[in-house]
Amino acid sequence: MLMGLFNNWVVVVLMMIGLYIVIAHGNLIKKIVGLTIFQTSVFIFYISMAKVDGGTAPILMANVTKYANPLPHVLILTAIVVGIATMALALALTVRIKEAYNSIEEESIQEQNTKQASELDELDPRSDKY
Amino acid sequence: MLAHLPILQVIVPLIGAPVCVLLSRASLVWLFALVVSGLSFIISALLLQQVLMSGTIIYELGGWDAPWGIEYRIDRLNALLLLIISAISTLVLLAAQTSINKEIPAEKHTQFYILYLLSLTGMLGVVVTGDAFNVFVFLEISSLSSYALIALGRDRRALWAAYQYLILGTIGATFILIGIGLMYQMTGTLNMADLAARLPEVAQTKTVLTAFAFVITGVCLKLALFPLHLWLPNAYTYAPSIVTAFFAATATKVAFYLLIRFTYSVFGVSFSFTALPLQFLFMTLGLLGIFVASIAAIYQTNVKQIFAYSSIAQIGYMVIGFSISSVTGLTAALLHIFNHALMKGALFLALGAVVYRIGSVQISQFQGIGQQMPFTMAAILVAGLSLIGMPLTVGFVSKWYLLSALIEKGWWPAALLILIASLLTLVYVWRIVEVAYFKPPLSTHSTVNEAPLAFLIPIWLLVIANIYFGIDTRLSVEVAHSASESLLQAQGLVIP
Repeated sequence: MLMGLFNNWVVVVLMMIGLYIVIAHGNLIKKIVGLTIFQTSVFIFYISMAKVDGGTAPILMANVTKYANPLPHVLILTAIVVGIATMALALALTVRIKEAYNSIEEESIQEQNTKQASELDELDPRSDKY
Repeated sequence: MLAHLPILQVIVPLIGAPVCVLLSRASLVWLFALVVSGLSFIISALLLQQVLMSGTIIYELGGWDAPWGIEYRIDRLNALLLLIISAISTLVLLAAQTSINKEIPAEKHTQFYILYLLSLTGMLGVVVTGDAFNVFVFLEISSLSSYALIALGRDRRALWAAYQYLILGTIGATFILIGIGLMYQMTGTLNMADLAARLPEVAQTKTVLTAFAFVITGVCLKLALFPLHLWLPNAYTYAPSIVTAFFAATATKVAFYLLIRFTYSVFGVSFSFTALPLQFLFMTLGLLGIFVASIAAIYQTNVKQIFAYSSIAQIGYMVIGFSISSVTGLTAALLHIFNHALMKGALFLALGAVVYRIGSVQISQFQGIGQQMPFTMAAILVAGLSLIGMPLTVGFVSKWYLLSALIEKGWWPAALLILIASLLTLVYVWRIVEVAYFKPPLSTHSTVNEAPLAFLIPIWLLVIANIYFGIDTRLSVEVAHSASESLLQAQGLVIP
């Protein structure tokens, strides 16, 4: 029972690790790392779903009747591409945040934001910020 | 040509986006994007007409039969959503050129239109497809481009808002992906109609229950349902005005469509509303969301933020209508999707006009603009009244249906709470009206005058739609009613 679901246990553990990192860490890069681990666990989940006991690769061959299911592989290939795009965008945003705030720590960014907000309340009428 | 409308709906903006790169001048790109968006509006209007005439349209991609190939399936619900999205997108684009000249650096204009069209593609794709995995892919197309669009805002907080939205949005989308995987594992199919046929056999298993929980949670994150709304206020506030107007009117509606599609069509009403205490859960979260967000809105000093919180409250109304799970309730929810798109589109576009002239949407900067920008401010006033639910505006129609649905079920307390919440809406709308009409103009704003026509035309088209659909409710109510009826009919819950 435990070993039969080995892949699923790996998936769940990785998923929890990923989510925990996203929630617990203030560093923007670490958050992205966590997010990537989280997504990767889903990739593993799909790939292990496709496994058929005793099946070979889904290529037409003589003397073979049992194939692994190719569809989840194709699906997850798409999801991997989406994951890469997300990571690239997140990293690009982090670069821009670093330029604008000179920090990639959530705490420091929040602090600067509240400061900016309280300055706005005292208001310079011609302030360009909104 | 007419037979290929479902695929054209997605293909036109998808091809349109890269073509933008080839056009050299920014004004040309704008014109092109407007034409593309206008085309998809015409397509969706034709689709709605076809659906109303001859029922559900099924389009098989590449000629492969449904469970193996991918199919696009358009019924009344999809057609209504398509119309809303493409109409709002076109109207918003009308004002886009003027607005982004002021808010986005010139060298980024082409990129803006590319991202905008991609985002439109994604939203239309989510609605049009009948394949669960396609939903995920299109959702990510629209989300990825929307993160980038939000980051274009000129305040640095836009970057931070985009980052937060990215993290939460990706978690939401991945949850949906897990849910879809679990469903596939149990049924071996990704086609929504096929899933709906096969899920009841395995409905008792824990796997299906888990799949359901994952999908619902993921969709609710995208939907910004209280308490999963944390990304929304900042994203709406710091994004460029045009982007806010576009997303406030469409993005959450697409997520709400998914919620309806998955609970009512894929899992089926009898499973959805019995497996988990969904009715109680959504009713409570909806009501809580309305109150918490409305009260938060009252305390904001940034007008864009006020209406961003108000959007979360309005999502509460939709979710309540959804949770009643009767024809009237669902009709109210669908009507409110349609009406809220009209109100928030008008409001955020008008705020875009204010930013264009004044350069700020702090409430203190609104002093006296009732006299300086009478048409813009009047638009905010009418759309605000609509938000409150004044008779003769669309807001009244959807609230009326919501209340009658609640009373039909005998849930008086909820109906009362909704009426009280309307007063909270009155408070934050009144704050803006008071400042704008009853205070003298600021000396620094002596040169401010009415917004350019490029703004006023789309704003007032939306405002007039707000009033028109508030008086002549035939089209909107008929479509919403027949859509919800057919959704419940498919479950055998309504005798035709």
